[in-house]
Amino acid sequence: MTRILTAAGAEARIALRNRWVAIAVAMMAVFSMVLSATGSAPTGALGADRLSVTVASLTSLAVYLVPLVALLMAFDAIAGEVERGTLPLVLTYPVSRAELILGKFLAHLGVLALAVAAGYGIAAAAAIWTDPRAQAGLPALVRLGWTSVLLGATFLGIGYALSALARRPGAAAGLAIGLWLVLIVLYDLGLLAAVVADGGGRFTTQVFPWLLLANPADAFRLYNLAASEATAAAAGIGGAAGTISTSLALASVALWPLLALALAILAFRRVTP
Amino acid sequence: MTTLTISHLTKRFDGVTALQDVSFDVAPGERVALLGHNGAGKSTLMKIVLGLIPATSGTVSLMGAVPGSRAARSLAAYLPENVAFHPALTGLEQVRFYLRMQGEPPREALPLLEKVGLGHAAQRRIGTYSKGMRQRVGLAQALIGRPRLMVLDEPTSGLDPVSRRDFYAILDELAGKGAAILLSSHALTEVEARTDRIVILSQGRLRADDTLANLRRKAALPIRLQVTARPDTADSVAGRLSGARRNGVTVDLICPQEEKLARLGQIAGLEGMIEDVEVLPPSLEDLYSHYSRRDGQ
Repeated sequence: MTRILTAAGAEARIALRNRWVAIAVAMMAVFSMVLSATGSAPTGALGADRLSVTVASLTSLAVYLVPLVALLMAFDAIAGEVERGTLPLVLTYPVSRAELILGKFLAHLGVLALAVAAGYGIAAAAAIWTDPRAQAGLPALVRLGWTSVLLGATFLGIGYALSALARRPGAAAGLAIGLWLVLIVLYDLGLLAAVVADGGGRFTTQVFPWLLLANPADAFRLYNLAASEATAAAAGIGGAAGTISTSLALASVALWPLLALALAILAFRRVTP
Repeated sequence: MTTLTISHLTKRFDGVTALQDVSFDVAPGERVALLGHNGAGKSTLMKIVLGLIPATSGTVSLMGAVPGSRAARSLAAYLPENVAFHPALTGLEQVRFYLRMQGEPPREALPLLEKVGLGHAAQRRIGTYSKGMRQRVGLAQALIGRPRLMVLDEPTSGLDPVSRRDFYAILDELAGKGAAILLSSHALTEVEARTDRIVILSQGRLRADDTLANLRRKAALPIRLQVTARPDTADSVAGRLSGARRNGVTVDLICPQEEKLARLGQIAGLEGMIEDVEVLPPSLEDLYSHYSRRDGQ
């Protein structure tokens, strides 16, 4: 445990000095402010409180932004150490590779949680300040907060695995961006195309829900939209979310971080310093 | 009881044999120099001893522990060639990090940095350090927690002569406390004065493993006599001694050890024609070339 915390402490200092903390917090804060400012129009028409509307917008934002920030922090974690030549020395100390990865993970997750808290906090403050009814949306916002952290954890783990497989920071960055594009953007487009082509057949009813659950980003979106009716209404896709059980979506959101970390540790074990 | 025992160690990478049946050991308090050309297998040997890469066959034992096991890693310290650290951390933070990883109290970081002459720069980021300063951070971390085996890969590269002297003084102190030291170096003159035994690797094979005095005796390399003639007599001196004239006044003679006295007698007979004579025993460079070429290229 001491060794994990030691690795985490060093990594947190590095994140602070490399401006990663500032960049992550600023990114989340700026996008949340933009959403709060632009998300005010549809409130009255849907009858939802202002914060619930904001949470719906934030959910869509988080699906793109949280994995991106996590991958950007993670891609250098192992490949960077290999490139700098710092890995062989630390591996001659009585510390396991799992401990090293978990230390980095704790530090990066802390940075991510800070960024999420800052961004969502700003959004909540803005909503409650302009609409007293908005407090009704707080549980949804809290749910969005911790699931965002879990989503970030998943992509941190995947980022470490890619970093270990690539062994060079440049290649790792390329893989990370490619993976983000596939899982976050192309995956949904592909599913959409398949559903349209299928025209409500077996694929749409039997396979499609499981494919949504298999993707951590889709599971995150489903859980947040399904768990809050007001949010789902505001997002206008309650119907799609309703076909899949909320608990299954939650299970996917909660299990992915563990799976990703296991992948990261396995990939790191294969790296010869 | 030896600290490090290497027996019949072989390492192959994709068909290339990096080490072939290498065996030697290092006793407590013994300073052993590992010499060899670039690519002779020195760094590979060190990485296997530290458990960073597995051996293809053969065994390595560190006081009974298997390399790479937690016990072995607690016993051994390592200073890699061109040691690197994260540039964003300060020297103090970096050494504290390694102290905690070794399970030692972090308050020892500053004394360790002072010991290697970095007390004044402890609070500065390593990114601002010179190569020599980074090397000293490397030495500081290698001193953590009374290591029983120090593995040092080209430890004095990038150090100025004064720092080198300080570095060897610290090594002597550690060896005095019973640490076994295995170091590789290209600076042969340093190794000559500062180590107890020399192991020569060439093309992955062990070519020599003995004290310097024994290596000299076994190699029986010829001695060089350098005769300085008086002006204008160099040619006739060279003629009479049947040696080769090197420049205006110097004549070089090469002779086996047992003919040394006879040759010196001849030179003394030419008293009027010569200024001076110097006897040059085979240098460590000569010995090194002798052993690393033998049954090699």
